[in-house]
Amino acid sequence: MFPAHPNQFGPPKPAPAWLGWLAFLFFVFAQVFSVVTSPADAMMGHLQKNMYVHVPAAWVAFGAFGVVLVASLYFLWRDDERADLLAASSAEVGSLFCGLTLVLGMLWGRPTWGVWWSWDARLTTTLVLFLIFVGYLALRSFVEDPHRRGQWSAAVGILGAINVPIVWMSVQWWRTLHQIQSNPRGLSPVYLRGLLLNVAAFTLLTIWFIWRRYEAARYERAAEHAAQAAALGGYNA
Amino acid sequence: MAFSDDVRRIRAIVWKDLTTERRSKAGFNSVASLGVTILVLFGLALGPDGKALHDAAAGALWLAILFAGVLAFNRSYQVELDGGALEALLLYPGARWAIFAGKLIANLIFVTLMLVIVVAVGIVLFSVDVPATWPRIVLIMMLGVVGIVSLGTFYAAMSSRSRAREVLLPLLLYPMLIPVLLAAMSATKALLFGDVMNEAGAWMQMLVIFDVIFLVATFLAFEYVIEV
Repeated sequence: MFPAHPNQFGPPKPAPAWLGWLAFLFFVFAQVFSVVTSPADAMMGHLQKNMYVHVPAAWVAFGAFGVVLVASLYFLWRDDERADLLAASSAEVGSLFCGLTLVLGMLWGRPTWGVWWSWDARLTTTLVLFLIFVGYLALRSFVEDPHRRGQWSAAVGILGAINVPIVWMSVQWWRTLHQIQSNPRGLSPVYLRGLLLNVAAFTLLTIWFIWRRYEAARYERAAEHAAQAAALGGYNA
Repeated sequence: MAFSDDVRRIRAIVWKDLTTERRSKAGFNSVASLGVTILVLFGLALGPDGKALHDAAAGALWLAILFAGVLAFNRSYQVELDGGALEALLLYPGARWAIFAGKLIANLIFVTLMLVIVVAVGIVLFSVDVPATWPRIVLIMMLGVVGIVSLGTFYAAMSSRSRAREVLLPLLLYPMLIPVLLAAMSATKALLFGDVMNEAGAWMQMLVIFDVIFLVATFLAFEYVIEV
């Protein structure tokens, strides 16, 4: 059960401002560096630059959903509401980057493939993952009781994460049984350096976002606890 | 001893749920009618060209089952909640998973009966030639229904007790069911057209894998979902 007192865990550790600045400046540096140093691609031209936002966004989105899985499991195991709030914060940030991945991919796909969308395994799986986490966030907003919300969304988060590889496999089969997808080409080191730099920058940004969101979520919960206690005529928080 | 008690408990819940349905009939009749209506609408959207209808028959059939089935899952808990009976059910001694198993089996029977009606109508409306491999199609349908019903019964335990239950269940359930739908539709379609690429077996494996994983996962997670 949840603690009756809002300050059982003490105030949340605030996300340090320097981390935010570091993430932001590193992101600007990584973007400028990769755009300036990479030559135009033989086939894609400067469209290739989209890789420096699209691919890192996809990676951190999947990483954030990994955090949701681990935090949800921990929450069901230990019933620690901080894990629930971390999972929720991570799901929000993950959905943001997942949506960004899809939009950036479409913007790249239209001039490259001639279509906004292609039903290949990676695209479809990313879209399904996005939809699963939209459902996760909707569930959270439709359930009032915090403990119930925690248990339920943890179950949805875990089942959703289990499903990701299965979705990927099924779409892959569905595609390959009908039409062969082109293979991704190997990446030259000129591009790889910029890509890895941006993955690091995006990861830092994601940590900062989740941390800030988690901090806010902790204060929201403390306020809820305090309001509940006041309504019951309880302690002077 | 303990296990035979659980089996008795499961049987009691299945019997209770099915008796309620049998005595009111309104639930089953409206859900089955909805399934048929959806098939008609698909026919209007895809027809009147006979070949296009024939090609799309497998997909239309599964979507009709999915759309109509969702109503059954919320109903299965809604009937309990209206009478405040879910609390009573939870207060009875014994394992919680037995409640889930009972509801799951009752829903399986309910959806299977609906499937029989929808398939019969689908064969007529979409001019499907039943192939000689029809026992395999029946097997695929059972595997697909197990996947849909296990996750449907699980998610309905949450959505039926939340605000906005009508929209929440499909929103949670449909993305999760994409592998089942892809596999069931592809396998059914392949078998209807003679399975020339020999792909139905692979899809059947995927259905079995999905069913096993999510039966285990939902049985484990139900405890957490129902206790609060």
